[in-house]
Amino acid sequence: MSGNHEAVVRDPLILGKKTYHQMTEDICRPIEGKANKYWWISFIVAFVAMIWGMTCLAYTIGTGIGSWGANKTVGWAWDITNFVWWIGIGHAGTLISAILLLFRQRWRMSINRSAEAMTIFAVICAGLFPLFHTGRPWLDYWMLPLANQFGSLWVNFNSPLLWDVFAISTYFSVSLVFWYLGLLPDLATVRDRCVDPTKRFIYGIISFGWKGTARDWHRFEEVSLVLAGLSTPLVLSVHTIVSFDFATSIVPGWHTTIFPPYFVAGAIFSGFAMVLTLMIIARKVLGLQEYITLQHIELMNKIIILTGSIVGVAYTTEFFIAWYSGNGYEGYAFQNRAFGPYWWAYWSMMTCNVITPQLFWFKKIRTSIMATFIISIFVNIGMWFERFVIIVTSLHRDYLPSSWVMYSPTFIEVGIFVGTIGLFFVLFLTFSRLFPVIALAELKSILKKTGNQYKKKGIL
Amino acid sequence: MPTFYKMDRKYELTRNNKMIPLVMIAIGVIAIIMGFMTDKTRTWAVLLQNDFYFTAIALAGTFFIAFNYAAQSGWTVGIKRVPEAMGGFLKYGMLGLILIFIFGHHDLYHWTHHSHEELSDPNSPVFDPILAGKLGFLNIPFYISRLVLYAVLWVGFTYVLRRHSLQEDLDGNIEHYKRSVVLSAIFLVIFAVSSSMAAWDILMSLDAHWFSTLFGWYIFAGLFVSGLAMLAMFVLYLDRKGYMNHLTDSHFHDIGKFMFAFSVFWTYLWFSQFMLIWYANLPEEVGYYQTRWKLFRSIWIGNFFINFIAPFLVFMTRDAKRTKRILFFGGIIILVGHWIDVFVMVMPATVGAEWTIGFIEIGTAIGFLGAFILSTLTELTKASLVPKNHPMLQESLHHHI
Repeated sequence: MSGNHEAVVRDPLILGKKTYHQMTEDICRPIEGKANKYWWISFIVAFVAMIWGMTCLAYTIGTGIGSWGANKTVGWAWDITNFVWWIGIGHAGTLISAILLLFRQRWRMSINRSAEAMTIFAVICAGLFPLFHTGRPWLDYWMLPLANQFGSLWVNFNSPLLWDVFAISTYFSVSLVFWYLGLLPDLATVRDRCVDPTKRFIYGIISFGWKGTARDWHRFEEVSLVLAGLSTPLVLSVHTIVSFDFATSIVPGWHTTIFPPYFVAGAIFSGFAMVLTLMIIARKVLGLQEYITLQHIELMNKIIILTGSIVGVAYTTEFFIAWYSGNGYEGYAFQNRAFGPYWWAYWSMMTCNVITPQLFWFKKIRTSIMATFIISIFVNIGMWFERFVIIVTSLHRDYLPSSWVMYSPTFIEVGIFVGTIGLFFVLFLTFSRLFPVIALAELKSILKKTGNQYKKKGIL
Repeated sequence: MPTFYKMDRKYELTRNNKMIPLVMIAIGVIAIIMGFMTDKTRTWAVLLQNDFYFTAIALAGTFFIAFNYAAQSGWTVGIKRVPEAMGGFLKYGMLGLILIFIFGHHDLYHWTHHSHEELSDPNSPVFDPILAGKLGFLNIPFYISRLVLYAVLWVGFTYVLRRHSLQEDLDGNIEHYKRSVVLSAIFLVIFAVSSSMAAWDILMSLDAHWFSTLFGWYIFAGLFVSGLAMLAMFVLYLDRKGYMNHLTDSHFHDIGKFMFAFSVFWTYLWFSQFMLIWYANLPEEVGYYQTRWKLFRSIWIGNFFINFIAPFLVFMTRDAKRTKRILFFGGIIILVGHWIDVFVMVMPATVGAEWTIGFIEIGTAIGFLGAFILSTLTELTKASLVPKNHPMLQESLHHHI
């Protein structure tokens, strides 16, 4: 890297008068101290939501998928919408840790740990939906290519749904290993600072005996490089395969070639929105404003503009080509999306995903924490609607008008979705109390390059 | 890194720099004249293919400048005069595309053959409701105005960005940098829309019945990767001539990484478009690939291998990307590969089964390449190769990865 020759036009990434020791203190504080009131309130709310979701899930297992609103025409609806939404949210973590690493974006170091944690939790939430949509979750191992002695049927390798099984399980494993590997040096730091012998023992075990020797670091860096190399194609492949679930079909509105890259861009878009939502709260609650600075927020907002605009171009392209193709069914599918009975879903999507992120063109808005928080929530909502629009509006009017139906979710389905949000926050809040939320060892490596008091302020 | 390099060293054209491209252009002119004397359609198709290919590369130069400003990248400062100079060809390329359309549209675009009335009348021998439905978009006046609009926007932004960059050398005012960032962001928005639309217009409408939502982005991937390869060629050439001793091995490594990554990205889009159409097997879409499979099989399969497998293997290792010879070799593969890619997009709908790669094809390509080289080298003589007042220059001079 350019080392100490960093241009003066770049703002510092670590504010305040930090020393290495001070950084350790700041980042270990949430783990070592007691949780405050806000943490407990959020935890309890999330926990209750999670329990509610589990109850609804138990009801679904007991009575069957009939307890959902899906029907003969709209066979995929709420559950797949949530599945795609959660998977998409997970993408920011891998993008930050793998692709921004390749592009040598140092600002990723303050946010990669929590974004990667978010990836893992989001994939857990996502995975629940297809697992339970099978109706008999105790037979879910049939999704694996097992020999017939297990009572399963041989899987259909032509089906993108099976590719999904492989893609997502690989993605989950690699993300988990990558995240955990990065944690090792920081867990060792926590271990070395522990006063309580029990805690010390536990952190000792989970830090795998990290000593911080040259050999440790050497191996650490080798493995990190390999994992970053594996993660990069994975980020692209996972949502590509999710998009294949729709695009390999011949359903008008689903079969379109732009889906793979457009889904990936959308996933990164929604992932960054979720990272912003979480980090804006976390930096405040955990007192990390000097590490997750306004500049970090602004840069993430720029990624939101970029990916939001890519998604906007994709929507427009799809609409235009639906007309250009001269295919009446394709044209109708899009007309029905925008002006049919689900127009409100379509226009919610358009407003939240295409219009609101464009406000970030104004520097005032993209450097306002409140505005960013609100817009990030909008994007989260918009991306949920995007999946709902793609899935439900393409299905609900079949070729035969006699099969036309409307879909609305049941109380149970809504409960499961709320439950996954609860689960996500329970996991994230627990994580923020047990693990360092910022990649401490990594961030220390740039203190003397971009730390506030080390940066030479020049002519500007 | 040498301890001494001149900050305001300009490229000087050698005798060969003028002679060789002029000879190449002469070969091109002969090929085109011969083409028009033997086979008009084939020649128009070849002209369109080459003009599009080199215009796309020039546009990639401006795109490279713009996204590097927008992303605040530092290491590219040392090479930025090369993509700037590449953008200089854009005005000739766009003029060429407009002229090719005006004079060759009948041979190239079959949607120009009949009027809306003829196509939409069920009793007419050319009854074609699908094509008739598209004529609101695909009609000659609207098409030409779109081409002119792209030309104005692209050439205009290229010019303005270049002017700020040159002015910065003279007065060292930081405002030029700040303005360039804003202009680049605006250009990127315009580019995002116009590059896709231009792809539909210039190439997708050759197969007027066919459509693919991914097509614009697929063209973008090809444009970008061939632009990167051309950039690498010029940087390597200047380096060999001793003009680029302010660069380190890391710059070459990074250019190599870019070529590697975007070759894979191109493949990703190629695969996405092909796989989805093949899998769904809808008659209105799959015909596009059937023509290619039946009539262009060897070159169509070759296209995939030369643009994916070859760069993938060549640029895989770190050492390869740091070895100038290998970088040059890989860049040539990509340039040839994407020339073939455009060939496979243009020819099936125009020349069809009688396609061949003979003197007309190769000669025209040589002619365009000569023009591109002459234009770019001449642009390079106009400014110092080191943008000496760029605020991120030090990052680039000390680039080390």
